[in-house]
Amino acid sequence: MEMTGAEMILECLAREGVEAIFGLPGGANLPLYDTLPKFYPKIRHYLVRHEQGAAHAADAYARVTGRPGVCFATSGPGATNLVTGIANAWMDSVPLVAITGSVIRPLIGRDGFQEADITGITIPITKHNYLVLDVNEIPRVMREAFYIASTGRPGPVLVDIPRDVQQERGQFYWPEKVELRGYRPRIYPDPAEVEKAARLIYESERPLILAGHGVIISQAYYELKELAEKGNIPVITTLLGISGFPPDHPLYMGMPGMHGMHWNNLAISEADLIIGIGMRFDDRVTGRLKDFAPLAKIVHIEVDPAEVGKNVRPAAALVGDARVCLQQLNRLVQHRERPDWFARLDELKREHPSLVYPEDAAQILPQYVIQKIYEVSGGDAYFVTGVGQHQMWAAQFFWSRKPNSFVTSGGLGTMGFEVPAAIGVQIAKPGELVWAICGDGGFQMTMEELGVVAEYDLPIKFAIINNGHHGMVRQWQSLFYRGNLVASPLKNPDFVKIAEAYGILALRATRREEVVPALERALAHQGPVLIDVHVKQDEDCFPMVPPGASLQETIGLPKEYIELVRRRQMAEVGR
Amino acid sequence: MSEGKRNGRRFHTIIALVEDRPGVLNRIASKWRQRGFNIESLAVGHSETPGLSRMTFVVDASHDADQVVKQLDKLVDVVDIRDVSHEDIVAREMALIKVRCDAGNRSHIIEIVDIFRANIIDVSPESVIVEVTGDEGKIDAMFELLKDYGVIEMVRTGRVAMLRGAEASHPVGEGEESYERYPGQETW
Repeated sequence: MEMTGAEMILECLAREGVEAIFGLPGGANLPLYDTLPKFYPKIRHYLVRHEQGAAHAADAYARVTGRPGVCFATSGPGATNLVTGIANAWMDSVPLVAITGSVIRPLIGRDGFQEADITGITIPITKHNYLVLDVNEIPRVMREAFYIASTGRPGPVLVDIPRDVQQERGQFYWPEKVELRGYRPRIYPDPAEVEKAARLIYESERPLILAGHGVIISQAYYELKELAEKGNIPVITTLLGISGFPPDHPLYMGMPGMHGMHWNNLAISEADLIIGIGMRFDDRVTGRLKDFAPLAKIVHIEVDPAEVGKNVRPAAALVGDARVCLQQLNRLVQHRERPDWFARLDELKREHPSLVYPEDAAQILPQYVIQKIYEVSGGDAYFVTGVGQHQMWAAQFFWSRKPNSFVTSGGLGTMGFEVPAAIGVQIAKPGELVWAICGDGGFQMTMEELGVVAEYDLPIKFAIINNGHHGMVRQWQSLFYRGNLVASPLKNPDFVKIAEAYGILALRATRREEVVPALERALAHQGPVLIDVHVKQDEDCFPMVPPGASLQETIGLPKEYIELVRRRQMAEVGR
Repeated sequence: MSEGKRNGRRFHTIIALVEDRPGVLNRIASKWRQRGFNIESLAVGHSETPGLSRMTFVVDASHDADQVVKQLDKLVDVVDIRDVSHEDIVAREMALIKVRCDAGNRSHIIEIVDIFRANIIDVSPESVIVEVTGDEGKIDAMFELLKDYGVIEMVRTGRVAMLRGAEASHPVGEGEESYERYPGQETW
């Protein structure tokens, strides 16, 4: 079948089942935009206000659907504006296909107007990328791009197509199979390693599971729960593993690491076996690496062979898809009672409480707002966060009954992720409740995307945890830089007026009594809502592992918070 | 001999089979650069299979090359890669050395060339070009001897290496079935 390059690109997207594209037009991708109406409504395009928003929205769309997210940008600045979003998807193993227009072939490499070597720029942050110079290659390249993005350890793929290639006519030939001799992701683990892992688990007296993003990516929720229950093993989830295991499960322990549960950091230090599943022993999880889990042997279940042995030396390594690995492991795992270990974990939880705060504080505490957001949502919503203090509290207090409902920027830590990411989630899950928990600093990095929210009337509920600072920077400056608060205080705009300018309902809460009514009003409203919550400005996020310290050196909650728990416990005993 | 030593430093020898496409070298070099490796030498050329090139890298072994090799193996354009530093290999390098000479000392140079079983491939009234093949040590030694006559320039190919015996360095893997993620249960 003869068609233009632009038609081929969209035909390929349709065949790959793409329903939503996030993008912004420009000179070098206009043929693509010119062709879009032919594919409507099968493929819907959402016009973002900045290309970074397109990449983040596509990223979040991919996270909650499990299918590659797609974004469009023009050449030069359009393409370079995607870079942060592509890097974010790269760090968090998210399948993303970015399609950029490029200057016409005769201008490539000659500093043409709006030319940037985007394939060169994105080499270190993509699984693979393509510059298509022949229109007849488009179907093969697009097929490969989707295949590479979504298989093995998922990640972003960029396809750069010059404008004249989009306009040229060629023969559309759809390859039935992808053949890449240099790309063969592992699925099935070595059976000997599975047996070894099962034996290590049975022999272990003090095991812990550390479950990461891989559990969610491979949809191994059921298999993870089966392993935990069958083997009788407590489950810790990393930041990106949150919502991979039911938070109300008796074996659930919460998050570990820099702002993780104090009890987890101490438990990891006492454990004799760590089972890492779909996680990479990131520095935010391990603290100082040489003191990480000093007594433990490691079982590492991981799809990417390059992650095995990178940070820790595993005693057993199951290289393959997390779900397949767990299915095989679960067949061999045997139950074992570990009364001493569970008693010790209960003791650690009692001695090192990590989730309390004074509920009667004069000012609104950010923890209170976040906990109330979870409560009013009844555990049945998607929660998208930015990066910083509010993100860590959102992770600590996470409570939802929905698997894969916590969407956050982990590896890259991209402030401003929350606004476009919430858009991506809401478009992927139209009937569902989506909360964007925002920082006042990060919100201002991407708040132009409120235009998208208003244009498509996406009923997202934005809660700005407004402490008038880059809160995590302020916390580090106060703890490690002698309280020298340089460039962390923010002169904020009136967020309510900003939302109103977009025609979005906006509320403000400055006193504690106003928080829950505002949240409830937001839920009752059909369309998008923004709530500007003025919280205590100098609240620090604890527990905290100081940078460069070991997990054993975790700083717990402030003494007066711990006192609260003690008094509550005493009162209960007295009763 | 395999884990080469030069000037007291140790080196890894790594061979890779890669797609013969534009940008491949850039992708590979990018991975070494990210980890702060300096590439001592790199030789690239066609392999026995059309469309595939074979590369031989020599990198400083004071770093742990294992991580980079695994990262390189992940590249779509890298079909296979292998660190052969601890294996039984043959390794050779070729150099062209342009040496200043005249009728008076040309015979001295020819004598050195003979001893090293090298060749003279160009002669002019004021210079000769010597072609020498061998391991790095041999080429270094030859260069030292010719230095006294005045070396105008030297160019070296970098090491190329191959396993001894009948074994292929990059056996064609049986390869796993191509894998597309099939949906799991969406509940826990």
